[in-house]
Amino acid sequence: MGAFKAVLARDLRVAFRRWSELGHPLIFFVIVVTLFPLALSPTASQLRDVGVGVLWVAALLSSLLALDGLFRGDADDGSLEQLLLSPAPLTITVLAKVTAHTLVTLVPLICLVPLSALSFNIPFAALPTLALALLLATPTLSVLVALGAALTVSLRRGGSIVGLLVLPLTGPLLIFGTRATDLSVNGEPTAAPLLLLAALAALAVSLGPLAIAAAVKVGLE
Amino acid sequence: MKLPRWFHQLGSPPYVYRLAERLCPWLGGLGILLLAVGGFWGLVIAPPDYQQGESARILYIHPQTAYIGMMAYVVMAVAAGVGYVWRLKIAHAVAVSAAPIGAWFTFCALFTGAVWGRPTWGTYWQWGDPRIMFEALLLFLFLGYLALRGAFDERDKADRVTAILAVVGVVNVPIVHYSVEWWNSLHQTSTLLSEGGPAMTTDMLIPFLIMFAAFTLTFYWLLLRRLQAEIVEREGDARWIRELVAEGAR
Amino acid sequence: MTDRVLLKGRELAVWRGDRCLFEQLHFDLGAEQLALLVGANGSGKTTLLRILAGLGLPTRGSITWKDVAISELASEQRGEIAYRGHVEALKRDLTVAENLRFHATLWGRESRFDDVLEELKLDKVAHMRARHLSAGQRRRTALAMLKLQGAKLWLLDEPTTNLDGEGRALLVEWTRRHLASGGLAVIATHQPDELAMRGALVIEL
Repeated sequence: MGAFKAVLARDLRVAFRRWSELGHPLIFFVIVVTLFPLALSPTASQLRDVGVGVLWVAALLSSLLALDGLFRGDADDGSLEQLLLSPAPLTITVLAKVTAHTLVTLVPLICLVPLSALSFNIPFAALPTLALALLLATPTLSVLVALGAALTVSLRRGGSIVGLLVLPLTGPLLIFGTRATDLSVNGEPTAAPLLLLAALAALAVSLGPLAIAAAVKVGLE
Repeated sequence: MKLPRWFHQLGSPPYVYRLAERLCPWLGGLGILLLAVGGFWGLVIAPPDYQQGESARILYIHPQTAYIGMMAYVVMAVAAGVGYVWRLKIAHAVAVSAAPIGAWFTFCALFTGAVWGRPTWGTYWQWGDPRIMFEALLLFLFLGYLALRGAFDERDKADRVTAILAVVGVVNVPIVHYSVEWWNSLHQTSTLLSEGGPAMTTDMLIPFLIMFAAFTLTFYWLLLRRLQAEIVEREGDARWIRELVAEGAR
Repeated sequence: MTDRVLLKGRELAVWRGDRCLFEQLHFDLGAEQLALLVGANGSGKTTLLRILAGLGLPTRGSITWKDVAISELASEQRGEIAYRGHVEALKRDLTVAENLRFHATLWGRESRFDDVLEELKLDKVAHMRARHLSAGQRRRTALAMLKLQGAKLWLLDEPTTNLDGEGRALLVEWTRRHLASGGLAVIATHQPDELAMRGALVIEL
């Protein structure tokens, strides 16, 4: 437990000392979200129809942007090895790193989405469902993003392939999340997809750290 | 843990190679026979569907390829998992062999689905249909696996890293399978396993099942052939291979 | 001087692809003993050290620490082994003190290090971010981290790199003290004469 807090505190401290980099995924998100209406020049109702999907896709793509920094920094300066060799279980230290990364990268991103939703004419009443769906999707997303980072940690040019690996795995998140929001916009009950998102989140949080730690261990061999 | 003897035997590349050599003619022969029988029966003899007409004949190809694609993924994931846990090179070889075959079958499923879709529902592709979407995702998972493999220089590391990816991705398979239950969409709910017994008439059911068996056998034949090639590549210059080549030359 | 062998290597072989780095390597290392790894670049010194640390498995053979295979060590026993590679495991954006404090916490040790810093002439830069340190200062910080870890087995990969004469003398002195208090060390080096001590085992790859 002490190790978890120490790693979490260290990662947060390092992230905030490079605070200028924290904004990149957020700016990327805003740019992507702006590009879609530019390309489509939609009417107001079309905007609402595509809006949900555009927001989710933009959020997914933006979350990929910062993922390289999750393990590569530590891998390059030797800290990752020390984490692996330390008495603290790698699963715990990895969980701490993923938590820090989520707090610093994903949470601000997720907060931007409902705000942008308004610009897509998504009705106010649908926003709570959107927010809830995003919240439920976040644990799974951060686990998948971390897994992608861990699988490619020993690759020189891991960046180009990571999207190929992570995006298909996030497919279910996208499908259930947009479905929940669409149902909400139409005023229909949204329990089913939300429950599925919750189930995925539970699965991700319980088994994810094991897979991520295994990937890190193999990557460092 | 103590493993049974056959498990250890299966860990030996020459043993597996020779076993594959013995099994292949049977699998291949039976597979081709069934493909011919089922194909002829389904495409020529069986009656056209009362709703969809002749185009329903794709029933004898499309669901089977989709199913084999999913089975290939499970084979790949299980083999990769076994290879990871017990450090068995042969299991990794099985996973590597299954991946491209699974990818092709999944592609065929998507292709035949499009071919079926056009005359039946007026569209080659329906973006919103969940089963199509998840099937496409399955194809991307296969491609991602193959891409990740190729990115590593050392084969041993490639094996173990991609094993983790394969096992994580297996979650997608039940989702594809059950997505039909959760949505009303283009796809019918399962006609085979619904409550009152199969919902197909017998003269359509039999070729349907024959084609299932045929494709399954063909898959395993392809898998074993690829596995043999993979084993030879991994073993390289080993003595048993040189002996095999010498035997073949005689 | 205890006679108990703590680190055992048996029939170790490492292959990289088709190339054999070394094979049939045996050694026994007990308390207060030093092993020096010598060999040309690429001979496998780093690989062997990493395998001893548990970062990878040998192609054949086994390594045991206190009769337990390295890959199966409990977390307490892992805490007894310290590995230092070519890079110093320092976060560039944290200060020297913050790095040391983190490292001590990670290994479950006390984080009182003022006297260590003083001995290493790092007390003046304790609150400087690691990115501003010179290569020599980074190496000394790595030494401080090693001391704080309080491990019984030291696995060091060319620790004298980037250290000036004074730093190297300090390293030799600390190694001597470490061995005298019952510790063991395996050190890969291009300059065995500097570190050679009575009763040192030399492994040539």
